[in-house]
Formats: sequence, structure tokens, C-alpha cells
Amino acid sequence: MSTKNWPLWEVFVRSKNGLEHRHFGSLHAADAEMALENARDVYTRRNEGVSIWVVESKHITASNPEHNGELFEPAQDKVYRHPTFYNLPDEIKHM
Amino acid sequence: MSEEQIKSLENQFEARIARDEKIEPKDWMPEKYRQTHIRQMSQHAHSEIIGMLPEGNWITRAPSLRRKVALLAKVQDEGGHGLYLYSAAETLGISRDEMFEQLHTGKAKYSSIFNYPALTWADMGAIGWLVDGAAIINQVALCGTSYGPYARAMVRICKEESFHQRQGYEIMLKLSQGTQEQRDMAQDALNRFWWPALMMFGPKDEDSPHTAQSMKWKLKRKTNDDLRQQFIDQTVPQAELIGLTVPDPDLKWNEERQSYDFGEIDWDEFWQVVKGHGPCNKERMAARVNAWEGGAWVRDAAMAYAEKQQERKTKQVS
Repeated sequence: MSTKNWPLWEVFVRSKNGLEHRHFGSLHAADAEMALENARDVYTRRNEGVSIWVVESKHITASNPEHNGELFEPAQDKVYRHPTFYNLPDEIKHM
Repeated sequence: MSEEQIKSLENQFEARIARDEKIEPKDWMPEKYRQTHIRQMSQHAHSEIIGMLPEGNWITRAPSLRRKVALLAKVQDEGGHGLYLYSAAETLGISRDEMFEQLHTGKAKYSSIFNYPALTWADMGAIGWLVDGAAIINQVALCGTSYGPYARAMVRICKEESFHQRQGYEIMLKLSQGTQEQRDMAQDALNRFWWPALMMFGPKDEDSPHTAQSMKWKLKRKTNDDLRQQFIDQTVPQAELIGLTVPDPDLKWNEERQSYDFGEIDWDEFWQVVKGHGPCNKERMAARVNAWEGGAWVRDAAMAYAEKQQERKTKQVS
């Protein structure tokens, strides 16, 4: 029986040039090259992509949803970062 | 965490689902939600993987190149769908190996429909038309489920499965326009797959103890009986269109309900197959375990090669 399992990889696919790579899912593979080949077969069987990135899942650092308050709440009361915060006369054009 | 804290987290959690917010892997979730999802998602993945077996069996005997490439593509899709679902289940903290272990020891189930044999070429038609057709109805309902990775996998799967059903129906259509022998073959396949396809929606609502909880978590969005009725209503006219007869003497259009009434399902047969006494349970599991064990040396070799390459790279750098 196998003693070591293939590590997990995250797959990012660019659907077409001009768009960013987007997370598509994950898969297991022995190394980066196999991860790319498997990603081709698993996630782009119908022309879904023109470019693939793979990264071993363990290299991703993710924020913890429990800390969402301290991470994201500070942005909530800063309405002055949005254009609608500023009162201008209706007649003004091109702004 | 105190019981009170957990209760409060649970309430917040239920409120999020009620607001149609998605739950993502690192979010807090009740243990039962996690376990129920692991069970359902892994069973779903196992069904895709075992589902490759009855059809894979016919690839080399497909009657034309056109049918062969379609069947190959369909079976490959099913492998892909299994992989999406295993990956999604892994985000809940269970490993791929644990899931395989549960499948191979019989602890985890897969859809009972795959424990029926595929005896003739017409079965490829019936499976695509009825089995994938029933699966699509189940899966479309799941695209809006509350667990993000599951819902995303379902959306991809539903997009891809439409071709599965169409290629199956096309096989039935062609056979029904053929010789008497071919028409008989199509009718025979419908006769054998009709009732097992109806069973794919699971026990009647009154015998389905998890339905209430699953509806609350949006793990189910319609009940088994509702989905089954929807399948019957949309499939009967499809059978009529190609001159096939649904093998149910009690099947009758109900003008008042605007729906078909149908005969009693043989639930004894359903439970027998679930419990492992279907025509092909042993054969399917033996094929699966054999593939896994027979492929172990390939997985080991790939891992050894990867490690060697890595070592070589490290040496070159230093």
C-alpha cells in the first residue's frame, strides 16, 4: 500500500486573455508538472482556459473568518472613500 | 466553548443560512452540519466514480466512432465530477484517503442505481436518458445549497451533464427508429431502468428522517417526492415521443393535479440493493478496490520520482 499521499494543489485558470486567473478548485498530484496536467484534464475539458496556475495548498495563507471584524470592519464607516459621499449641485456635468 | 456560546453561534449560523448567505470552509459550523455534508458529498463523489463502471464496460463495444467518443467523454466527465466533489468534501477536513477507505470498506454508500447491470447497448441510452436525467433534477436543486464549495461544484457539474442526458436520449431515439429487434432492445432497457431511476430520489418523504434538517440547511431544496414527481412528469412525454412504453400500468395523467399518478415503488427491492444485495454490488466494489490497489505502485512511483526531482533541484541550488 502507498505510504505517502500525493499533496493537494489549488488550481487557478485564466478563461481568456484580458481576464484574471480565478480559483477553479483543487486536486492531488505528485508534483507541479503533474498538477498542471491533471488540472488540464479536470478543469479545462471544454475550453475553459488559456492559462493555468497551480500552487501547493500548504503554501496559501488564508485569513481567519473569526478575525473578519478587525480585518474588514474598519472599512465600513469610511463612507468618504466613495464618490456619493460628496454633495454637489445637480447641474454639474462630467464629474 | 461553553454550551451557551455554542448555542449562540448556532443561532447566528442558522440565521446566515436563512438569509441565503453561503457557508465557506473556514467559517464556524455546527459539527452536525459538517458531518452531514461530508457524508452527502462523499457519497455523491463515490456515485460518480462507481458510475463510471457500468458505462466504461461498453466503450470498446460502442457501435460507431461517434458513439464511442461521446461515451468516452461522458465517462471522463464522471471521473472529473467525482474529483470536484472529493475536493469540495476535503475542505471540511476529511482526507481523500479516508473517503476511499470508507467506500472500500462499505461504510460509505453510493447511488444504488449503479448496482444494476448494463446488459445491452440500449442500456447506455437508458442510463444517459434516465439516470443522468434523474441526477440532473437532484443536482439542479443542489446548485443553491448553503455550503459554498458544494454549490460551486454542482454548478459546474450541471453545466456538463446536459450533454450526458441528450446523448443517451439520442441513442434511444435511434434505436426506436430501427429494426424490431432494436426497438425491443430500447423498450427492454426502459423496462429495467425505469423503476431503479425512480428510486434514485430516495425513500418517500414520510420515510426520510433527514429531510427536515436537510431542507433547513438548504442541503435539500425540494423533497424526494417532489423531485420524483418532477422527473416522471417530464420523462413520460419523452418516452411517448419515441414510441416507448413506461412500464407502469398505473401511470395515468391526473387532470386535476396537472401531473402523473404512478404505481407503487418496490421499496423492498430498494432497501435490498442499499444493503448490498443488488445484482452488481459485489462486482462494482471488487472492480473499484482492484483499481485502487492495482494502481498503488503507480502512485508510489510518481511520489518517489517527484521527491527525487526535488532533491536534485535542491542539490543544484546549494
